[in-house]
Amino acid sequence: MIPAIIVFVYLAIVLYIGIFAFRKGKKGSSEDFFLASRSLGPAVFLLSIFGTNMTAVAILGASGMAYERGIGVYGLMASASGLVIPLTIFFIGTRLWALGKRFGHMTQVQFLRDRWECGRIGTFISVLTALMLIPYIIIGVMGGGSTLKAISDGFVSYEVGGAVVAVVVMSYVFFGGMRGTAWVNTFQTLLFLCFGAIAFFLIAQKIGGFDVAMQKLLAMKPPKGPPTAQLLSRERIPMQEFFSYMFIPLSAIMFPHVAIMCLTAEKMSHFKRTVIFYPICIMLIWAPSVFLGVIAKSQFPALGPGETNEVIVMLLQRSTDPIIAGILGAGIMACVMASDSQILALSTIFTEDLFAYHGGRRRFGEKVQVWAGRIFVVAITVFAYVVALSLKNQASIFDVAIRFAFSGFASLAPVMLAALFWKRSTKWGALAAALWVTASVLFFWWLQESTAGIAPRPGQPPVDIWPQLGPLAGLFQRATRSVVNWGFLPVMLQCLVSAFLVIVVSLLTPAPSRATIDKYFPARERRGAFTGTDSVAVPAGAE
Amino acid sequence: MKWLLVLMVLVVAALHQDFWFWKDKTLLFGFFPIGLGYHVMYSIVAALMMVVLVRCAWPSHIEAEAEAVNVPAVTEAAR
Repeated sequence: MIPAIIVFVYLAIVLYIGIFAFRKGKKGSSEDFFLASRSLGPAVFLLSIFGTNMTAVAILGASGMAYERGIGVYGLMASASGLVIPLTIFFIGTRLWALGKRFGHMTQVQFLRDRWECGRIGTFISVLTALMLIPYIIIGVMGGGSTLKAISDGFVSYEVGGAVVAVVVMSYVFFGGMRGTAWVNTFQTLLFLCFGAIAFFLIAQKIGGFDVAMQKLLAMKPPKGPPTAQLLSRERIPMQEFFSYMFIPLSAIMFPHVAIMCLTAEKMSHFKRTVIFYPICIMLIWAPSVFLGVIAKSQFPALGPGETNEVIVMLLQRSTDPIIAGILGAGIMACVMASDSQILALSTIFTEDLFAYHGGRRRFGEKVQVWAGRIFVVAITVFAYVVALSLKNQASIFDVAIRFAFSGFASLAPVMLAALFWKRSTKWGALAAALWVTASVLFFWWLQESTAGIAPRPGQPPVDIWPQLGPLAGLFQRATRSVVNWGFLPVMLQCLVSAFLVIVVSLLTPAPSRATIDKYFPARERRGAFTGTDSVAVPAGAE
Repeated sequence: MKWLLVLMVLVVAALHQDFWFWKDKTLLFGFFPIGLGYHVMYSIVAALMMVVLVRCAWPSHIEAEAEAVNVPAVTEAAR
């Protein structure tokens, strides 16, 4: 009960931060509500953009996966993200920020619409990204319910826990908008950075030292399944899968909430600290999570697949006194509640890409637009809560949906790269890639579900789904956990085909107008005149 | 310089695939698996690489363009 009380105090603090942000905001300004007036300072920008990416899936999912697959999960997800995400923020995030500031964009789709002179294709991409984001919000409510239930030892039910988390998140997003969300994310990130380290050392003490637990893992021989010593290496992760995971962090910058967050920085120089410290922040959070996930195997050797995501909570409950467990529980809640920026991003998409674009702002004014955004925040939270209750025992559906959404967002990255760096890219190239992303996500999801019956056991090689394809049979294989293409995860094929389609279809279709190309790729002599710097003349039209 | 930076990024990306520690169960300091230790160090190397990129390849031209803009007026005009 004490841990639950501490978590409720934490929730009250979070709520207060959101309401305090409301007082600081400019009332009735959509740019203030959705982008905090593009005014975030360097520390808040770094911590909030990092916190936005650190969801329950990342922290609790990582420890659960490490429990099953070993220390390789860190390389698979964390160090790959520590390399790719800062690179995407460096090359894409900075440019989105600069274009947003120059041309007033508030979403990715506003930029794409203007860059490629398109309306409906923008709407299609907007709806596609919104649909891929919804499972994250649902899983956030589910995570809140089950974590609060676990922390309170069942005193708070799943339904009440989910409702409490939903109401708190909804309230600070409703009142505080982007400023409230960024401040809460900053507070949450600091919380789980500090308490992650505390948890690490406390658990080490209580279990008699990590060396003892490691020796236990080396010696354990379960009656069924492979030896647990494998968890100390990467034997349970095939090399092709490890390689293809490098493509998944491309999704980060394509998540609407991350891209929108990039527009909130006051200055572009704020990105410098973000890209430098991002890999370190990832390391500070993920290394203990993965390590503790492996350690949990020595403490709870027989957990089923549905229970592994709670190993950190279980370790804390068994290993620490109630007050510390409560404080650490608040840290876990901080991860679970990362759905705030996703809810706000959906609201921004709705009001900017749909409501404002189709004349709502012109007809009803800016104040009504902000209220439409707030009403949308309430509607999407209620929707997520209702779905979380009605599909309480089918959380795995959303786990799978999220896995495919990651691939979908990653394979949209070539669209953004083309828009930013390739003058000749066209809206038809973007449409071809977006259609491919939609079709491939649905196809691989269907293939994965329909081939569950032929999935090989852990440690066994993948089996061909359609052997009659002959030399191409390896293109569709079923591995233990997912469908693979010659051993590689589908995300790799999806990204490569997406890039191919953007290039080929763009070359086959008419380029955007000269005026638009000049707007987004100003020749250097004009750029020099604009900024007052020295310039080198580049002929108009040079690629 | 540009190509040296590209090469640096490619080398760091390639170092992520440390197949040489794939089955190694050595424990550093008696409790920390070497494969995990390598990737923790890799995260630090990634941060150092970003320091080099920020110092040598920062897109200051787009920064200057954007800083010169009157944001509220532009936001209004975009609509």
